[in-house]
Amino acid sequence: MKALLGRDLRLAVRAGGGFGLGLAFFLIVVVLVPFGVGPEAAILARIAPGILWVAALLAALLSLDRIFALDHEDGSLPLLATAPLPMEMLALAKALAHWITTGLPLVVAAPVLGVLLHLPGQAMPWLLLSLAIGTPALSLIGTFGAALTVGLRRGGLLLSLIVLPLYVPVLIFGAEAARRGAEGLPATTPLLLLAGIGLGCVALLPFATAAALRVTLR
Amino acid sequence: MLTGVSFRLSPGQGLVLRGANGLGKTTLLRTIAGLQPALSGRIEGAGERAGYASHADGIKPALTVAETLRFWADLYRTDLPEDVFELFDLADLRDRPAGTLSAGQGRRLGLARLAVIGREVLLLDEPTVSLDAFSVKRFATFLREHHLGRGGIAVIATHIDLGLDLPELELEPHRAAPEAQGGSDEAFL
Repeated sequence: MKALLGRDLRLAVRAGGGFGLGLAFFLIVVVLVPFGVGPEAAILARIAPGILWVAALLAALLSLDRIFALDHEDGSLPLLATAPLPMEMLALAKALAHWITTGLPLVVAAPVLGVLLHLPGQAMPWLLLSLAIGTPALSLIGTFGAALTVGLRRGGLLLSLIVLPLYVPVLIFGAEAARRGAEGLPATTPLLLLAGIGLGCVALLPFATAAALRVTLR
Repeated sequence: MLTGVSFRLSPGQGLVLRGANGLGKTTLLRTIAGLQPALSGRIEGAGERAGYASHADGIKPALTVAETLRFWADLYRTDLPEDVFELFDLADLRDRPAGTLSAGQGRRLGLARLAVIGREVLLLDEPTVSLDAFSVKRFATFLREHHLGRGGIAVIATHIDLGLDLPELELEPHRAAPEAQGGSDEAFL
């Protein structure tokens, strides 16, 4: 699993790997919002947690179709599937690689971009925490969707349609935790629910992803 | 696609599958490799011991030749044998990104993977595509001396003569009648 993770990370940071695509998208959305909404600090601070969360979610969505598509095109996927690595671990390694290249940079960049949106200082830890807990779930759900659509031509649209409804609970609880943090309300409940979703994803989705891969590989 | 195919191989034995395009050679190999279930029948002894090589080499353009082989060695938890670069004439290409290799060189890299993963049963689907005569000879030498000669087993689907003097299985008589192929629902799933 370490070998596969290392390979995917190496491929992501080399030329054409698409590392930074999600981060750049995140940056662009957050920078553009004040131009669209207007520079009033009170309004921006109010919508900042939601904007940051929606932007992070869309940024994660952007690179999902690459998770398995490239391995499918060059024929690596059947070779990986016949390797001694269990298919579930393959799914987990792929999701982890996606999170490290997409989710983790978003988590790190979010507080900086929060400043641009006048997010109050007391919200920062909550925003960081909610993104740190929520983005792995986004990667895991996305990997599952990518496995379902890997064999399809132009599967990107279908992938978005499958994945977006599954992203909604993560978005609701993630943005809610950040919003409550921003307003100084207790944010433990949405964070716990978010953590519950995340743990459920870690426990179940690698198996679902592996099953989907076995079907698409036939 | 195929029906009534039956064979058994002992260590050191190879088998060449013959048959027209689209007859089911690839399907048979994929089934033995465990990538798809057989509609009926049994496969014994392959599974965890099998290494599969398809038409495609699964080469990542951004990785170098050495990194590619190192990755497969790590994934299969084997040591990267030093002589593999000599064996497949890749010594001069070690640090070249795989994306800059020619089709034949890429194929050699794909085949070198087989020497790295250390599997006893090799399932080879058209291994010599885009190889020149010299490289075919080298590959045949690898199969004879480094694989079959050390007790390995190989099932090879190929249209050319590898010069290995292996027994051949003609699949044409095993072509399944159309009605035996299952309904359209089954094909869809």
